[in-house]
Amino acid sequence: MKNDVKVKEKKTHEPLIHITKRAALPLSQAILIRVVAILASLLFCGVITIFVTGDNPFSVYATIFDGAFGTSVRIWRTLLETAMLLAVALALTTAFKMRFWNIGGEGQILIGALATAVCMFYIGNSVPRWALILIMLVTALIAGAVWGLLPAFFKAHFGTNETLFTLMMNYVSIQLVRFFLNVADKSGQSTIGPTELTHGWLPEIIHPYFLSILVVAVLTVVIYIYLKYTKHGYEISVVGESENTARYIGINVKKVMLRTMAISGAICALVGFLLVGGTHHGITTSTADSRGFTAIMVSWLAHFNPFMMVLTSALIIFMAHGAEEVSSVFGLNASFADILTGIILFFIIGCEFFVNYQLHVNRKKKNLADEAKEVA
Amino acid sequence: MFKKLTALLLAALMCLGAVAMTACSGDGSEAETSELPISEVALDTDFEIPETFKIGFICLHDENSTYDKNFIDAAKRMQTALGLKDEQVIIKTNVEEGPACTDAARDLAGQGCAIVFANSFGHEGYLIPVAKEFPNVEFCHATGTKAHTEALDTDEKEGLKNFHNAFADIYQGRFLAGVAAGMKLNEMIKDGKITAEQAVIGYVGAFPYAEVVSGYTSFFLGARSVCPSVTMKVRYTKSWYNEAEEKSAAEALITKDKCVLISQHADSMGAPNACEVAGVPNVSYNGSTVAACPETFIVSSAINWTPYYVYIVKQVVTGKEIAVDWCGGIKEGSVVLSAINLDVAAEGTFEKIQELVTKIQAGELDVFDIDTFTVNGKKVESYLTDVDDFGDFAPETEAIKDGAFAESSDRSAPYFDIRIDGITELS
Repeated sequence: MKNDVKVKEKKTHEPLIHITKRAALPLSQAILIRVVAILASLLFCGVITIFVTGDNPFSVYATIFDGAFGTSVRIWRTLLETAMLLAVALALTTAFKMRFWNIGGEGQILIGALATAVCMFYIGNSVPRWALILIMLVTALIAGAVWGLLPAFFKAHFGTNETLFTLMMNYVSIQLVRFFLNVADKSGQSTIGPTELTHGWLPEIIHPYFLSILVVAVLTVVIYIYLKYTKHGYEISVVGESENTARYIGINVKKVMLRTMAISGAICALVGFLLVGGTHHGITTSTADSRGFTAIMVSWLAHFNPFMMVLTSALIIFMAHGAEEVSSVFGLNASFADILTGIILFFIIGCEFFVNYQLHVNRKKKNLADEAKEVA
Repeated sequence: MFKKLTALLLAALMCLGAVAMTACSGDGSEAETSELPISEVALDTDFEIPETFKIGFICLHDENSTYDKNFIDAAKRMQTALGLKDEQVIIKTNVEEGPACTDAARDLAGQGCAIVFANSFGHEGYLIPVAKEFPNVEFCHATGTKAHTEALDTDEKEGLKNFHNAFADIYQGRFLAGVAAGMKLNEMIKDGKITAEQAVIGYVGAFPYAEVVSGYTSFFLGARSVCPSVTMKVRYTKSWYNEAEEKSAAEALITKDKCVLISQHADSMGAPNACEVAGVPNVSYNGSTVAACPETFIVSSAINWTPYYVYIVKQVVTGKEIAVDWCGGIKEGSVVLSAINLDVAAEGTFEKIQELVTKIQAGELDVFDIDTFTVNGKKVESYLTDVDDFGDFAPETEAIKDGAFAESSDRSAPYFDIRIDGITELS
């Protein structure tokens, strides 16, 4: 009899694990899962590093911390990079909230950076500093807005796919920057750095990075209020929930789409402006440094909440700088930092699965197997 | 269930195994090599270094690039020679020529490095602002051109005193390597493999500016000093490190342009490997490639940065100033040649090179003697170059002195950019 049951069981083939969606997890538990994930990722990174270097795990963790906060130079850099990543995430979030998948942040940053650099390079000598900075800012914002408007216009009027469109705009910006570098640098090296862009540096308050950080801090509050408490913000979320509902209640969907993407692009371009005018004083094709893509993660992990994004971007930057230091201190190839960052991101993103879903290990079968054993 | 668990466990083990496996290729070279043609120069290490001393290095790529490997190896030799601990020598690799260099330099200065050294031309502009930010840290930059201009005091500002350029008289090494190439061509002519007119050298260069032009011209003059019928064709890759481009440039030189010997000034193994496959003799740069190319490698010239590193450390710890421009030659041990591959090089190469080394050191031989080259059939009696780097690209300095082009005398980085007869640029 029992044998029969067993055979039947095999035929229906119940999976070892099955998954159900969680209704809603209490906040404390959700946080717990995420903290566990970060700890687990650190543990795993430690194991990998020990495996490769043979060093003790605590020196690895100390090195990670040291990489992000070890010296005052590093603290400032961690703050600056967090701010820059956060600003891009804020820009993307405005678009994401209306379910417009802007993955062209990279290109929008670059076009803003390019506009800034072009102003500094060609008219730097001929206008006073304050006017130059103003011109740089305005051209950058316009360039970014246009870069955001283009895909929005085609989506609004012809229903094109915004993901592909924004993605492809990235390559257009990269090529434009390359073109500028070739034309502007007469040495043949294609580099435009601080020795070429000598005018229009943003004023230094307290520290070279402080102004950029301050701008982003203000921006964070502004975007939070804009999305949560203004009519625009409301329209964005209604369009995001359902375009038909939006139309039904009299929202001009096309207008909202265009306006929001112009803002999204302009904020990305603001980051380009801050990078070139404020800290880099130079431009390369990798000025955006993948922030346009990393910010997608920052935004999603924070569930589009601007204040949560402060934490997620800080976490990602902390880990990246830590991993960089680990590969440097232990004399490993710089790719090792990428491996560590990859592991950490894998855990952080992976844990969202456990926040949203629950795993059930199928016990019934185990019991059966035990019974079968007992019989035997 | 157990099956599944076992499968999972196996999969996990395999992943770990894959991580653990390190590339472990044996050194398959059995080529017979000579002694070093230029004898090693003893380093001056007779000074005390405080425990807290730190030096930081910024490299464009990592050890996979022959160029960066040359810097990293030199740093390690310096570390051993001076008995520095690992914590005292910090090397940052894959730092691109952009704001990443600023970040890296700032980070090294913030960690307490007394000296920060960067190795790539494009790092320079991003290093200078950091030098201004940290006046108590010495910033040294290889291949750069701006230090002596930045150091000038003007009415508007005081000159930058903690930023320095360095290079080496590598054209001397290139010349000697060229002699080895010329002797190989002579051997091929004598053996009836090629006619005198078919003695065409192919050269894979990175960019069409002075550093590369100076290099291939001195190499060519070396070859022509022993093989008068030689000509040369140059192809550019427009990148310092692009293995595929360098490989295809070398292949094009061999098959399309009928070059019978190849040399290169770009940093990957692309060209040497292409030569090994095609069986065409190769004169390398940045270090010996005999292990990978035992059948075709002849000799390699390289800059040895160890003497400069030891020098800057000594100046800093003894409280002396570092030269704004420093250029080491054979005498300082900065210009070196690898061991010669006796299986490929022509007979007598080693002796000939040793003889010329003595001549160069005695000042009897000038690589860029104006009697040895012409432009459009005419001797070059006067030539203005852009030595001062104000970004104007206007030549202002007379470079022909005492019957020779005085390379690297007014500034460490090369400025010989004359296109001479006998060399054709193809791309």
